[in-house]
Amino acid sequence: MRAAGKVRPRFKPGERVRVRRAYPPGHVRIPRYIRGRTGIVERLCGAYPNPEELAYARSGLPAQPLYRVRFLQREVWPDYTGDSTDTVDVEIYQHWLEPVPAEGLS
Amino acid sequence: MSDLEAADARPPRSSHDMGGEPAGPVERTEHDYALWEKRVDALLVLLSRKEPRLMTVDELRRNIESLGADAYDKMSYYQRWIHSIGQTLIQRGVITIDELGRKMAEIERRREAGEL
Repeated sequence: MRAAGKVRPRFKPGERVRVRRAYPPGHVRIPRYIRGRTGIVERLCGAYPNPEELAYARSGLPAQPLYRVRFLQREVWPDYTGDSTDTVDVEIYQHWLEPVPAEGLS
Repeated sequence: MSDLEAADARPPRSSHDMGGEPAGPVERTEHDYALWEKRVDALLVLLSRKEPRLMTVDELRRNIESLGADAYDKMSYYQRWIHSIGQTLIQRGVITIDELGRKMAEIERRREAGEL
C-alpha cells in the first residue's frame, strides 16, 4: 500500500495516551470500560483500514495506525482487588487516542 | 459500573460490549459442528474473497451486534452468523428480501415433503 493510503503514526511506544471519551452511534470499535482512561503505548501493531467504516461496506481508507495500549487494572476498575501492578492491554486505533499533556500526568 | 460510566449521560451500552459486566465461567468443552454450521462457515469464506468481495468480517460483526440483546444471548454462534450474512447480502443488494423469502419457503416445503 502506498504511504498516502495510510495515516502517519502519531504516538511512539512508551508514550502516555488517553482514550477519547466519546459515545457516537454506529459500529464503534472501542470498549466502553476503557474510554477516558490513560495508558502507555506498548507497541504499534501496523496500519489497517478502519473497521468502523468497513462495517458499512466503505473502504476504511486511509488506513489507521493500530496500537496496543497498556493500562493499570486499578486505574480501569476503581474496585479492583488484584495486584496493584496488574495491567490490561487493549488494541486501539489511533483516531480513538489523544496525547496526554505533561501537566496531565498523575 | 465504573465511576466514568456513572459520570455522564450517554446511550445505553450495546449488549456485545460486555467488558466488566458480571459473567459466568467460561465453558471449555469441545463439540462437533453440524453440517449446516460448516456450510455457514464455508459461505462466509466464499463471500469474503477479494474478487468479488461481497462482505467483510466487519459487516458480519455489525449485523450480529445489531441483534436485540435477547436474540444475541439466545441464538447460537452460527445462527448469529447466518442471520448476519442474510442481512448483509440484502443491505448490499446481492439478494432481495423477496428472493430470500421465496427460496426459504421452497426449501421448507421440500423439508416437509421429506425430500431433504
